[in-house]
Amino acid sequence: MDSNEMNTPGYEIPPEMQGQVAITSLDKIYNWGRSASVWPMMFGLACCAIEMICAAASRYDIARFGMEVMRPSPRQSDLMIISGTVTKKMIPVIVRLYNQMPEPKYVLAMGACASGGGPFKEGYNVVSGVDKFVPVDVYVPGCPPTPQALLNGLMKIQEKIRGESIKNSRWYQKGADMAEIPVPMLGPDLIDPRKITIIHNIKKA
Amino acid sequence: MTSPSPAPGLRSSQNETTDLATHFPGMISPDIRTGYSGWMVDKNNLVVFASELHDQLGYDYLSSVTAVDYLPEEKMEVVYHVYKTTGGPGITFKVQVPRADEVEIPSLVQIYPGAELQEREAWDLFGIKFTDHPDLRRILMWEGFAGHPMRKDWHEAYFEEEGKPLKSRWPEGHAVMAESKNIYGDNITYPEGFNPESQTFDPEKALYDALKLYSKDDIGLGTDHIIVNMGPQHPSTHGVFRIAVMLDGEKIVNLKPVMGYLHRNHEKIGERNTFIMNMPYTDRLDYLSSMSNNFGYALAVEKLMNIKPTERAEYLRVTMAEMTRISSHLMAIGALLNDLGAYFTPMLYALEERELILDIFEAVAGSRMMCNYFRFGGVARDLPEGTFQKIKNLFFERLPRKIDEIDRFLSENEIIRSRGIGQGILTAEDAIRYSAAGPLLRASGIPYDVRRAEPYSIYDRFEFDVAVRQNGDIYDRLMVRFEEIRQSIRIVQQAIKQIPDGPVTTMKPMYQVRVPPGESYGRVEGPKGELGFYLISNGKPNPWRYHVRAPSFINLTAFGPMCVGQKVADVVAVLGSIDIVLGEVDR
Repeated sequence: MDSNEMNTPGYEIPPEMQGQVAITSLDKIYNWGRSASVWPMMFGLACCAIEMICAAASRYDIARFGMEVMRPSPRQSDLMIISGTVTKKMIPVIVRLYNQMPEPKYVLAMGACASGGGPFKEGYNVVSGVDKFVPVDVYVPGCPPTPQALLNGLMKIQEKIRGESIKNSRWYQKGADMAEIPVPMLGPDLIDPRKITIIHNIKKA
Repeated sequence: MTSPSPAPGLRSSQNETTDLATHFPGMISPDIRTGYSGWMVDKNNLVVFASELHDQLGYDYLSSVTAVDYLPEEKMEVVYHVYKTTGGPGITFKVQVPRADEVEIPSLVQIYPGAELQEREAWDLFGIKFTDHPDLRRILMWEGFAGHPMRKDWHEAYFEEEGKPLKSRWPEGHAVMAESKNIYGDNITYPEGFNPESQTFDPEKALYDALKLYSKDDIGLGTDHIIVNMGPQHPSTHGVFRIAVMLDGEKIVNLKPVMGYLHRNHEKIGERNTFIMNMPYTDRLDYLSSMSNNFGYALAVEKLMNIKPTERAEYLRVTMAEMTRISSHLMAIGALLNDLGAYFTPMLYALEERELILDIFEAVAGSRMMCNYFRFGGVARDLPEGTFQKIKNLFFERLPRKIDEIDRFLSENEIIRSRGIGQGILTAEDAIRYSAAGPLLRASGIPYDVRRAEPYSIYDRFEFDVAVRQNGDIYDRLMVRFEEIRQSIRIVQQAIKQIPDGPVTTMKPMYQVRVPPGESYGRVEGPKGELGFYLISNGKPNPWRYHVRAPSFINLTAFGPMCVGQKVADVVAVLGSIDIVLGEVDR
């Protein structure tokens, strides 16, 4: 939101107050604040994490977007960048971390592996995309995506935040369905608790 | 014996020592299969043979242990590569047993403690039980996983065919979602009779039991030991690595590394791929040094194919590999300082120089990190216009100055000295015993560098010193890396001066290569240590066995012993000084 837009909201502002008062809608100011301070979780999975570090370093400088505050704790972060291959051994941890993040929260799948399994898709320990378990907001293609591509993905997250409205955002609704995602289990293979009955029926058939 | 003679310039690591058979009468026999070399040892003689080899003949360094599943011959084989830390070619020996669900082979951990994690891996992936192993648990998969996935008759959920190119895709097939071929619509498969509702298994139990083995001694006050888990999500573990530490107060009583959180089945996929398809996958092993990984794999396949790259390609390879070493060490230094609490500032200095090297990689290979630049018999393409000048400027003007600058900022710093000197010590004997490699080994006073001990490619033409320090603590590991960067700059400077013109590859571009049957072990000195590729070809387009001797993985064998007795706050510093990359640890 530029200053020009703030100072000409369509209302009459007395001349002596111009330049000191800004009138805007609640949605706009709320989203403006949120979109310019998205705190990502400091959480690297694989190769893509190195490009994420490069994006945070001086050359690409993620700080320009207000996102340089990487938090190691999920309780303090708004954005989870899934930067690398998601394995079956790791997915219970990722789901638990996602559940621990407070709303509003966003997920960015960085690279081919996080988006759909990538070159390792056929592997016996690889999850075919993190979206099988947690909802993903933005996918960034590449193997690995360059820092520029990651920055572009982050700008898409900002765009998405700016398009939201406080009136119908999910986390302010009364009686909203805020159930946690059930954590997958490790058995003879990965078991998704949401699919237990399906597995059971196929096994019996 | 009809083993192919090694290509000139590539010295075979499996040279026969002439009098080995006379030294062990009746105990060993030469491996007479076509294209193979080394010795066959009977299972019952293995421990006696290995201890003789270690104590009497001086083969004190166990480089690699791996298993091979010969399904058509109904045999399982374990392959050992041992070397002398004084240099020279090594010995390969193998133990064969009939193939069965439960295979038992005596463990060599008592003689070569460096076998500990590697034997656990062979148990996990091949189901070979090593008797007398102190802690035989699964390592990459979780406890309770069904089957041993690297066995040839074990098929993954998305299994289509034994080898690529898949008939459904080539020559006129169409891509089909792999999910649509699985009955669960996902990458999962369950054994017969499995009931998901009665799932009560706890995969963590075995780990905690293994830790508790050590909590028996209660000297002094009978205080309880506590177990602290670090990771897999922790900012100081360099990725998804987990450490389970048992503490007495603040002192570490026992420590177990837990890995496999990034196990993406490199070897299984590698055995489905054709030889050339594996090249881009090697990039993703140690993703900070893709060029070195390419180098090792290219050497191993070239050894099998008995070809030699062109002169210009050799120089380009060495230049790229040394540039990789610099960028990887810069990252290691930055990350270690992060772990010591200098949050991100030294990293920024290191990344600034790394970016310049990545620019050159992007110019020559098209990608910043995943270069995929090497080909069998050369490299993919020549330097683009202007890049040579760029490399020249970087290595003659900027880098030497900048490395000195970073060194000046860091190495006299009070905090680094007090946290580094005398902490996390690995003695020279232990470094050899635990098969440590690379800067970890050299910081302990062993001047062992594959580039010198058994020169590959054209490393015998360059003048450089093997960086070595004597104390084996965290500080020395940092300083060894600085010294190695300087030596790499020296090598690149010489290579720039000597590089000839000419073609960069001996082969026409093709998308399958013919690899004669046989085995080969190609090893290079990667930034993290000795990186080896063990390949077995049976003449088909796909390797029968594709094993990576990953230095980061094997260096972790020494991690526990280095930390025991230290304070818990030193764990991250010790781990940072080993410099692991999880893509390589878990593969």
